Amino acid sequence: MSHDHSLKPETMPSEPEKATLEGKNKFLGLWFFLGGETVLFASLFGTYLALRNSTAGGPSGEEIFGLELVFIMTMLLLTSSLTSVYAMYHMKNNNYKKMQLWLGITGLLGLGFLSLEIYEFVHYITDYEFTFRSSAFGSAFYTLVGFHGGHVLFGLCWLLTLMIRNAKRGLNLYNAPKFYVFSLYWHFIDVVWVFIFTVVYLMGKVG
Amino acid sequence: MENTNSNNVNSFQKQKNKEEMKKQLITFALMIFLTLIAFGAVISEAMPSMFVVPFILFLAVVQVGFQFYYFMHMKDKGHDMPAVMIYGGIWAALLTLAGLILIVWW
Repeated sequence: MSHDHSLKPETMPSEPEKATLEGKNKFLGLWFFLGGETVLFASLFGTYLALRNSTAGGPSGEEIFGLELVFIMTMLLLTSSLTSVYAMYHMKNNNYKKMQLWLGITGLLGLGFLSLEIYEFVHYITDYEFTFRSSAFGSAFYTLVGFHGGHVLFGLCWLLTLMIRNAKRGLNLYNAPKFYVFSLYWHFIDVVWVFIFTVVYLMGKVG
Repeated sequence: MENTNSNNVNSFQKQKNKEEMKKQLITFALMIFLTLIAFGAVISEAMPSMFVVPFILFLAVVQVGFQFYYFMHMKDKGHDMPAVMIYGGIWAALLTLAGLILIVWW
């Protein structure tokens, strides 16, 4: 990067994430990636829909899913989507400390979500002996939901790296696109979860 | 690199950002509302499953629309290419789903 991209109030662009060519490219690149992710998750959803009744005598979704836990997880992830909007709001106001604070809250909510998901999986495995190998339904379930959980874990590592690496840099035109692109990814995780709670859990309970 | 953070973005821009944030909060409230309806529709068992499944799928699509257009700013200008990419992805996703469903259910 060139030397001084740091932001001063009088030169602060209204969209620091797209003020440089590199920033614009990151922005387009991530949207391109999200388009691909859509297809990836669609194939996992398709597989799940195809196999969700193939329980091979093992437990079915209706027997094991607990909507209370899923509801709490949904609220955590939805709220973390809002807190990352707050982080980007403070970025556009060039308030780096508040941006970091809201990103931190986003990370904690994401961690809460991930912990509950791990608890959920452990609960299924120990209490119901419902594993990846139980049935085709089990394989499809753990692949789809686990892949989403993997995305959350990846997002958390990404966020932590960004926050630590840029902790002393302050906001500038070099790292603003990085934060912005992360927030897009994080919203997309929530998009996928909306379909997971609808298709896997709610439709699983309807039967 | 010098840390030059200060809260002084010009006040016009600041006001604009604030109004944008207000819209985002309304979006969030609507998304929570849609989620509650979806869970409520399933838990209450008020509707026959023939209706409740398309209904909650519809709610999910609306909620995801809010997520894309508001939280991810697809409503703002300069988002033509992102729209092309996401709708391209959704198109391929629908084909994938249609293909898999066709194989399994027919």
